[in-house]
Amino acid sequence: MTPLHTWKFNGLGVAAPLAALIIISPLITIAASIFEAESSEILTHLWDTVLTEYVINSLLLVAGVSVLTLVLGVPAAWFTSVCSFPGQRVFVWMLLLPLAFPAYIIAYTYTGVLDYAGPVYTFLREALGKSLADQLYFSIRTVSGAIFMLGLVLYPYVYLLTRAAFLEQSVSFLEVGRTLGYSTIQGFFRLAIPLARPAIITGLSLALMETLADYGTVAYFSISTFTTGIFRTFYGFGDLTAAAQLSTMLLLFVALLIFTERYSRRQAKYHETAGRKSHQTRIILRGANVFWAWLFCLVPVLFGFIIPALILIKWSIFDAEWDIPSFISLSWHSFELAILAALIAVALAILLSYARRQSEAIVIHGFISVAGLGYAIPGAIIAVGVIVPLAWMDHRLIAFFKSVFEVDTGLILSGSIFALLFAYTVRFLAISLNAVQTGLDKIKPSMDQTARCLGYRKMEVLRKVHIPLMRTSLLTAFLIVFVDVLKELPATLILRPFNFNTLAVRAYELASDERLYDAALTSILIVLTGVIPVILLNRTMTTRHRRNA
Amino acid sequence: MPETVPATAVSPESQTLPPLLDIQSVSFRYKDKTAVSGVTLSLDDGEIGAIVGPSGCGKSTLMRGIAGFETPIHGSIAMNGSVISTPDGVVEPENRGVGMVFQDVTLFPHLDVAKNIKFGIRKWHPDSQLQRVKELLDLFNLSKFEDRHPHSLSGGEQQRIALARAMAPRPKLLLMDESFSSLDAEHRHQLVPKVREVLKSEKISAILVTHNQDVGFALADRIGVMESGQLHQWDTPLNIYHQPCNRFTARFIGEGTLISATVLGERKLSTAFGTHYFENDERLQVGDQVDIMLRPDDILHDDESEIRGKVEHKAFRGSHFLYRIRLVSEEMLYCLADSHHNHHIGEWIGITPNIEHIVIFDKKNGEHRK
Repeated sequence: MTPLHTWKFNGLGVAAPLAALIIISPLITIAASIFEAESSEILTHLWDTVLTEYVINSLLLVAGVSVLTLVLGVPAAWFTSVCSFPGQRVFVWMLLLPLAFPAYIIAYTYTGVLDYAGPVYTFLREALGKSLADQLYFSIRTVSGAIFMLGLVLYPYVYLLTRAAFLEQSVSFLEVGRTLGYSTIQGFFRLAIPLARPAIITGLSLALMETLADYGTVAYFSISTFTTGIFRTFYGFGDLTAAAQLSTMLLLFVALLIFTERYSRRQAKYHETAGRKSHQTRIILRGANVFWAWLFCLVPVLFGFIIPALILIKWSIFDAEWDIPSFISLSWHSFELAILAALIAVALAILLSYARRQSEAIVIHGFISVAGLGYAIPGAIIAVGVIVPLAWMDHRLIAFFKSVFEVDTGLILSGSIFALLFAYTVRFLAISLNAVQTGLDKIKPSMDQTARCLGYRKMEVLRKVHIPLMRTSLLTAFLIVFVDVLKELPATLILRPFNFNTLAVRAYELASDERLYDAALTSILIVLTGVIPVILLNRTMTTRHRRNA
Repeated sequence: MPETVPATAVSPESQTLPPLLDIQSVSFRYKDKTAVSGVTLSLDDGEIGAIVGPSGCGKSTLMRGIAGFETPIHGSIAMNGSVISTPDGVVEPENRGVGMVFQDVTLFPHLDVAKNIKFGIRKWHPDSQLQRVKELLDLFNLSKFEDRHPHSLSGGEQQRIALARAMAPRPKLLLMDESFSSLDAEHRHQLVPKVREVLKSEKISAILVTHNQDVGFALADRIGVMESGQLHQWDTPLNIYHQPCNRFTARFIGEGTLISATVLGERKLSTAFGTHYFENDERLQVGDQVDIMLRPDDILHDDESEIRGKVEHKAFRGSHFLYRIRLVSEEMLYCLADSHHNHHIGEWIGITPNIEHIVIFDKKNGEHRK
């Protein structure tokens, strides 16, 4: 018998962990900063002065946003999934629209309306006189103002996941409840909510991750939180180590949320009801109940999307200064970055997911899980984590090129859009990874084996079978990353090359200069682009539901 | 220049060709558990084999091993005399020329029927591709489905296309993993003989694994019975049924019961229903306690007979009744009766043994003793 020589170079098995390692290097950098022996003077200074404020404000935000997202998200999810009333179908997707609004943009918009110079106060002063108007006036630039802004755009996370859970609940549960003497309302609190709890908590954790990651809103309202602190330490004092150490503290909060989210997701699996193929017989609402349904569904949409969108449109049409050339160049920069980042994120996601499918090695699975953590890490932290290793490499490169070729290359990596793309990939890889993995998991392993038996090598199977089958998943992943990159603010602010502006950065700068009207034009473009994935999300939701029905 | 040695090292002296598939005491481990241990079997060119066994017996792992998806921990697999699997390495599935049809059909949903069938013959000349697709569609009576997409077809149609796709490259060996179990009985009855016919006309060897022995009997020239990773017997369907090598095979294949017997003398046994004669076996001695296997067709119903038993259960099978009878000795056996003989449960009826060939098992180790 002839011996077999079948050892082969496993390209996928090497490339995937390497890519994952590069992706998590910023996180490692941040985590490693904890061990840096001498805590810098600035950090001690921060510790003595503002750190308590950071912690308190961050906790207040987390608590307030929790309450608001639950109040806005859960009842709306209940009404649109279990009940039937006029307008219910429209509300199903309208309730998702606020996702298109970055929190910082909704914050400028409301500030423009509610501030001293804004139309609301002016109207009150003219109608009631100055003293009475002053009594009624409230400042939006406070912690509670920030809670409202964040809550209005983040409740859709709770709404989306809770609604999915309600839809999966067999209606027979409620019917059993009623035969046992529970009214519909009692059934809602005693059965539907407890059953949906894991989903609600998952949605809430996602909303809170966004809250902790927010920079634009709190910076605009001059509220000191961890993210603004990291910024100030990095920009104001130029102290990378202190910024990194501050980041680690914030990461502890984030880690708690990641843990809660993953744990709840696992719980949610146990709560899935078996006989869910049963047709949803909806509760038909009449009379006063329709009013309550409308109240709970309309308020979030009205304040989270319709009013701010109308204001932005009005400002950009009537009040803004139209600087078309700079607007085009901004859009070009933004779209260029977003397309590149989305392409990289999707390509990496395919590489990692496919490696994971091919291998049972724990190392590969572990690397990929960690690489998928970026979505929970605030952009400011990722920016710091990206710039430290890149700056280090740049200095080596500069020295090398100087000594060998006698040319000054400048900061090739940390000073170019390379750094931006790197940061975006780290932050948004989780989104594409999730979409691609879901798409890939739907393809049975026997499909691969069939193709192998028909003479296709592993990479050919990927090209001929997997990618064509996953086309929709890949497109969805691409679009969601694209829009998220377009909206991203803190990492872009820190890492953008000199004189390089994007829509988000420009909107932030104009608003900070109190040129709210001029910020409207770029803002509305961001929001309108942001509506695309919302429509997609709604479509996948409805098709999935139809398939189940 | 070194001599190139062909992988098939057939010495000129030996005129007999090596078997198409030659598996030598092969073992596979699956997730820390030995799923297949020491299986040896061989299949000649053009033969169809079936491996039956309860779920979890290791038959699917063996199949994946033959396809090249698993590396054995022991033993070897050879095709046409060249080794393709050893613990040191395996020839990749795509280079084996082994086709496989999976339980869950796995038609590519993004390709129409013709493109699915062409998938494995992409390197052929386009004309030959078309020719081959037409040929297979005709063989399976699928011509009108050529440009349909898989989702618009019934389960039976999908299964036929999956078979056609696997056969398109003319594999030397076709593996079928529970290929007919998703179909209802009627479709199965139509498809299984059809597949046998096509395989024979295409001269493709095949192995089917199934938990449904009826399908195995209908399709295969050779049947293997597997349990807990071991292949108990690899034999013709007739021998598997009438001469099972051990108690497991006897119980698993067909319907039957084991009745205890005592050796009375040379070629003579005593049972609860009388004395019987058997072919000579030197190993049996007077006084030995043994079990004999009885199939339903070994026991006939006879109202006149003095041997009687109580009807415990009956199943109407159209042309006949299958009675489960309890003897005075408390032992159980099955009996076939003409369907005109309708007896009640609890009634005592007469039976007559009609045993042409006695299968005897040792009481202690359960091994077959002839």
